[in-house]
Amino acid sequence: MKQKTSLLRNKGVQSLLASLLCILVGLLVGYIVLLIINPAGAGEAIQTIVKNFFYYPSAAARLRYFGNTLVKTAPLLMCSLSVLFAYKVGLFNIGAAGQYVVGAGASLYFALGLQMPWFVCLIASIVAGALLGAISGALKAYRNVNEVISCIMLNWISLYLVNSLLSNVKETASPYTLTLSSTNPGAILPSAGLGELFSNNQYVTIAIPLTVIVAILIWVLLEKTKLGYELKATGFNKFAAQYCGMKEKRNIILTMVIAGGLAGMGAGVFFLTGFEQWQCTQSSVPAMGFNGIAAAFLGGLNPIGAIFSSYFIQHITNGGAYVDKTMYSAQISDLISSLIIYLCGFVLFFKTTLTAWLDRRAERRMAEDRKGGEK
Amino acid sequence: MLLLVQYTLIFASVLILVALGGCFSEHSGVINIGLEGIMVMGALGGALMMKFAPAGLPAIGMIVLVVLAAILLGMLYSLLLAVAAINFKADQTLVGTAMNLLATAAATVFVKAMNTAADSGNVSATIQYIEQKKAFLVNIGGFEFNWFMLLALIALVCSWVTLYKTRFGLRLMACGEHPQAADSVGINVYKMRYAGVLISGMLGGLGGIVYITAGVSEWKFEYGVAGFGFLALAVMIFGQWKPTRIALAALLFGLFRALGNVYTGFDFLKALNLPSAVYNMLPYIVSLIVLAFTSQKSRAPKAEGVPYDKGLR
Repeated sequence: MKQKTSLLRNKGVQSLLASLLCILVGLLVGYIVLLIINPAGAGEAIQTIVKNFFYYPSAAARLRYFGNTLVKTAPLLMCSLSVLFAYKVGLFNIGAAGQYVVGAGASLYFALGLQMPWFVCLIASIVAGALLGAISGALKAYRNVNEVISCIMLNWISLYLVNSLLSNVKETASPYTLTLSSTNPGAILPSAGLGELFSNNQYVTIAIPLTVIVAILIWVLLEKTKLGYELKATGFNKFAAQYCGMKEKRNIILTMVIAGGLAGMGAGVFFLTGFEQWQCTQSSVPAMGFNGIAAAFLGGLNPIGAIFSSYFIQHITNGGAYVDKTMYSAQISDLISSLIIYLCGFVLFFKTTLTAWLDRRAERRMAEDRKGGEK
Repeated sequence: MLLLVQYTLIFASVLILVALGGCFSEHSGVINIGLEGIMVMGALGGALMMKFAPAGLPAIGMIVLVVLAAILLGMLYSLLLAVAAINFKADQTLVGTAMNLLATAAATVFVKAMNTAADSGNVSATIQYIEQKKAFLVNIGGFEFNWFMLLALIALVCSWVTLYKTRFGLRLMACGEHPQAADSVGINVYKMRYAGVLISGMLGGLGGIVYITAGVSEWKFEYGVAGFGFLALAVMIFGQWKPTRIALAALLFGLFRALGNVYTGFDFLKALNLPSAVYNMLPYIVSLIVLAFTSQKSRAPKAEGVPYDKGLR
């Protein structure tokens, strides 16, 4: 007898369903919050958030702002890859935020202070992030320090460090760093003609395809290589991994190095477009790394899923900027994305409940079949 | 010098309250990374109460109302963690992180909406409480005594008694060490974990309002509480989950935090001519170093972070 398996039992389908459910509930709660604040404009505001660049009437402007959303999706994707890569190895890399900060510091200092070309700056950002990750990893491996706590401490330390470092290359009249285009145009990532596709948006660069390639590479590394297998085994049970002859300490540090490098590169691919300048008086850690957590979990902890979830999170974050400021604040999108992270905590419960329900249904059907047979 | 003592004591009070909160939650078996968010919510509750309290209220009434508001909001918010972690077996680190982000975003959205409704030109997320704050302060010869310092001391004594001398406290700790064993002798693990998380919400919320009234008289809610909840977690680990040691650790961390506020008052520190960023970083660097030396022999509750499953015996 052929066993027919329901489509709902497929792990990928379950993840997708769970993510869509998280998004729906998140948007719904966001809508309710808007209703409570001011019922008059709530419908329009939630539409604005979901529409993002469709807010603009002309096709050229839409394309241009679609480009802007993509420019900011690239760093978010890198941060979410950083979080999910560490999570696959059993580490919660909340330090992606700090690794992103040192990445920004290194890339901008190499570009503005040392006048290096773009690829050197990009490598500098990767190395800086990787080093910070290595600190957390080494503390975890050798001194048993909880990586969440050490990462948070490093987030703040790196924020203050980078603020003082970049104060050396800031504009005299403002707290912002010098612009790349005026100081060192050679540090701007090449556009390779991609900008023209988005109504001449000069910020659209090779960063976007590059990050997608990295996402695919991370998938290959995790699923198809021996190293990925070892790392995952270490995360699953570090004592078992050690027993099998894997170097569990090296694996923990290596994981944090790769995760840190990814987040650092995220800052590089963003700040080297010249889209934004670093504000040297910043007093809170940029949200990019934390949104990376949202994107990683929303994407079902799959590098390919992360591409889509990062885009979605960035889409609503950018959309939040367009809401009517006389009624609501742009942070409403942060609220929605943090709600989505919270809801992702229920994904496991959702999956087990769904599977249990399918099991019960299958059992009932089988019982019915048997009864039918007896007749 | 007096100023340094004053700041040290007030920051230590915050850290004691919040770290004790974390201590209760972890002893019941739930990791509470969301303390930072709970602090924000407590701070929001207290700040709103200060803003809207009737003008002629006597100081004692103000203190009681503000404390109650902070506690209430903190406890309500901690329910988010309790429900997800205890009933739905969610990943506690993930849920806690989400709570931290959610609290800052929600508080910002809420305060901004409130400010804009009152005055359409005001799009800041700031609440001011210059006058109201005076209710908490008593001047004793140049030393600003804050009633919250006393409150932290009371909380410390109560926590010690509760954890070690009452049936409830011992049962709570049993649930964090070996929930299956606790269940087998008739302790309701779910109820105990709810109690642990709610107490941490209470203390965390209280810590939040103490933090935003320490040294400043207005608060920008975009900033959350600047990693103080995590600093409190470091204090808790350094204090090896024991109330008395937590108090000592909090004093140490409080001192380093206070230095950042008052270092300009010391000639020898001023002479070093270090940038202010160094002092800002100091508490975090110290906690990293301290953790590196104390985490090896961790006395963490054995079952913390593991969702309780009745089927596993």
